[in-house]
Amino acid sequence: MSTTVTQAPSLAPHDEPMPKRHYLNAGNTLKSWLLTVDHKRIAILYLLSITFFFFIGGAFAVAIRLELLTPAGDLFQAENYNKLFTMHGVVMIFFFLIPSIPATLGNFLVPMMIGARDLAFPRVNLLSWYLYIIGAAFGSYSILMGGVDTGWTFYTPYSSTYSNSQVMAAALGAFVAGFSSILTGLNFIVTIHKMRAPGLTWFRLPLFIWAHYATSVIQILGTPVVAITLLLVGMERAFHFGIFDPKLGGDPILFQHMFWFYSHPAVYIMILPAMGVMSEVVTCFSRKRVFGYGFIAMSSLAIAVIGFLVWGHHMFTSGQSVYAGMVFSVITFLVAIPSAIKAFNWTATLYKGSVSFDSPMLFAFGFIGLFAIGGLTGLFLATLATDIHLHDTYFVVAHFHYIMVGGAVFGYLAALHFWWPKLSGRLFPEGWAKFSALLVFVGFNTTFFPQFVVGYLGMPRRYHAYPEEFQVLNVLSSAGATILGAGYLVPMIYFAWSWKNGKPAGPNPWGAKGLEWTTQSPPLTENFPITPVVTEGAYAYAGSEEEVH
Amino acid sequence: MWSKFPILPESASTVSGQIDALYYFISAITVFFTLLIFVAVFVFAVRFRRRRADQVGEPIHGSTALEITWSVIPFFIVMTMFGWGAWVYFHTYTPPPGAMEVFVVGKQWMWKIQHPEGHREINELHVPIGRPVKLTITSEDVIHSFFIPAFRMKKDAVPGMYTTMWFEATKAGKYHLFCAEYCGNQHSGMIGWVHALEQADYEAWLRGSPRDETMAQAGERLFGRMGCASCHREDNTGRGPSLRAVYGGKVLLEGGAAAVADDSYLRESILKPALKIVSGYPAQMPTFQGQISEENLLQVIAYIKSLAKKERTATAQ
Repeated sequence: MSTTVTQAPSLAPHDEPMPKRHYLNAGNTLKSWLLTVDHKRIAILYLLSITFFFFIGGAFAVAIRLELLTPAGDLFQAENYNKLFTMHGVVMIFFFLIPSIPATLGNFLVPMMIGARDLAFPRVNLLSWYLYIIGAAFGSYSILMGGVDTGWTFYTPYSSTYSNSQVMAAALGAFVAGFSSILTGLNFIVTIHKMRAPGLTWFRLPLFIWAHYATSVIQILGTPVVAITLLLVGMERAFHFGIFDPKLGGDPILFQHMFWFYSHPAVYIMILPAMGVMSEVVTCFSRKRVFGYGFIAMSSLAIAVIGFLVWGHHMFTSGQSVYAGMVFSVITFLVAIPSAIKAFNWTATLYKGSVSFDSPMLFAFGFIGLFAIGGLTGLFLATLATDIHLHDTYFVVAHFHYIMVGGAVFGYLAALHFWWPKLSGRLFPEGWAKFSALLVFVGFNTTFFPQFVVGYLGMPRRYHAYPEEFQVLNVLSSAGATILGAGYLVPMIYFAWSWKNGKPAGPNPWGAKGLEWTTQSPPLTENFPITPVVTEGAYAYAGSEEEVH
Repeated sequence: MWSKFPILPESASTVSGQIDALYYFISAITVFFTLLIFVAVFVFAVRFRRRRADQVGEPIHGSTALEITWSVIPFFIVMTMFGWGAWVYFHTYTPPPGAMEVFVVGKQWMWKIQHPEGHREINELHVPIGRPVKLTITSEDVIHSFFIPAFRMKKDAVPGMYTTMWFEATKAGKYHLFCAEYCGNQHSGMIGWVHALEQADYEAWLRGSPRDETMAQAGERLFGRMGCASCHREDNTGRGPSLRAVYGGKVLLEGGAAAVADDSYLRESILKPALKIVSGYPAQMPTFQGQISEENLLQVIAYIKSLAKKERTATAQ
């Protein structure tokens, strides 16, 4: 890389003052934020908005867990409970998880990691944030007008004909937010193709970039399908076009095909960026080149491609033919292999490393463990015979929370801790961060592990009231949720505190490799004073070496 | 102590043991790999912890041999799971011939069940043990799902089509019946009980509970009342084909295709007659979509089915 990289990693805390000029003080007016085309400022706009929705979605989860403390449906009316779990899902998936890592850290880091000044289309980037806000506004409107009760999956004909709730507003919200996601994906792909610094060949790219590239491909190919699907639901609801409701001549299963064609790959939109984060964090805190660079990079693409061919595994009990079931089952098992490759490679990266236990690494350890459990429990659901029993039970709820929270949210928290010094230019209190990593890990497992058990025992999901024999496990789950909630609040507080009061971080507080660490923190609006030139592969912690292919 | 905190639901059907065995197998694999990764992460992290502030890791790039090993071994393991799971699934998918039939209609928010002999139940299902039972399931409104955890069986009730599910109860008892597919307001109230009874108890239940005419008799009455009989005459002199021997056989269609006359075919022919025209007959049957309830439709089909049965017994003699 350029000469700036070869300086010894800065290991001691920096006492130097904050840089005088950086992207955060490039303008202080509201207009300078709302009309900014700086990818880093847009990342901050996203960060604030998705954090807001994370806590809205979290509040719904608290209400759900409170209701489930007792078997009887005694806290909320059934109708309101149904709205709570629907809005928890809609908000968390469409307004938090899908934009989470790509739109905040991806937006911030993709140009910086490849040595570019900005994304390829800065104005489109701002447009995508406004689309997200418009989508989120429709989503919020649906909540304020009484909420939606279809489940986040919007299954027909319930959503298109029978539900008396704000389906249109919520679907419109997801529809518009989808275009935000498409534009972000488009921007990343063009940027990664066209704007890499001199010398930064494809196989020198950080794996975070590979993961975002794979994510972008899914966003562009998958999201239009869910947009069309939601549009058709809206048309059937508004004009009684017979598409999904058999009473109007439609086919309700068609909806499931179209919906899952997007929504299964959407799971990978949520998890692939977190996998990219893992590759960065594990290498940095092992101070060692990642094990099996090429295999990790290609496994991201393999997941993106195979992920498009597994949607039918959501429909094993829907009357799908026995042979279609087998095809979707076998392809689903195939997608387990690239995921396993990643987990093994991160583990192997630790071997003969120089491992430190800073807070981003603790979240990364949490990720590896929880993602392993989340991925392996997917095998129960890919297996036809066991899925028949487990489908639509709490086992499924537990499984996808291990992937979505244990995976995606842990990845997001690892990323936020890792790059916070770059984003804000300041350090956060490390002791509190370690404490919150522990809280989140313990709280998460206490919340969701019992749900595997109660699921196999037969408790269906989306139940407002349940038989008494399931109570002990549900109480345990609610107790865990309390710890988990506290674990989320603590970082909120110290991040907010550190924004003004944290010690200046210096350009590279972790001693990490990568172009983003070669420039000041917070970076200049133009990222790099001069365009960097790259002369070595990623993660050259042991000095410049032959690169791997 | 453990009986108070079970980890498995009751096991009360011929397949529940097989599915539990598979569940244990996958659990063992899951525990093994989870421990492998946990232990490896823990041991590596401690063993190779940073001892000096400027210490860097060894420049290891990877190992193709290792990558192949940890791709191929999991591949064979998951293919074993796939094969085993598909095998069990295949055998639980198609009901064995001669299974006793029960018809289920889901609606917001109850399960309506009819037995061919004419017994009707709501949110309760009485079945004998030791006999395969085939359920034909549909819905009047939205999608529901008929779930009996103790039998490890579940099938969606989809409006506009028939799905089937079968089981053979092995242990007398009272088991949960749940709706597993979210269906609106009272979804969690769409529950009931399956009563698996010893043969003698089952017969006593049959005798002791009130029943109407059989489903086929009810269907015959509807067949007359709705005007079906005026075209589908038994002696084949009507405008439509005789339905005397149609059920279970092959029907030649206009355009050269053929269809098997099963429940779904009959259902479609009644509701959407224009979709498949029987070869040699004019396309003039009106649709009955919206004019007949799901339960009555099942009765008409039961009647058509009974005609074929009568015909077969007659030919056999």
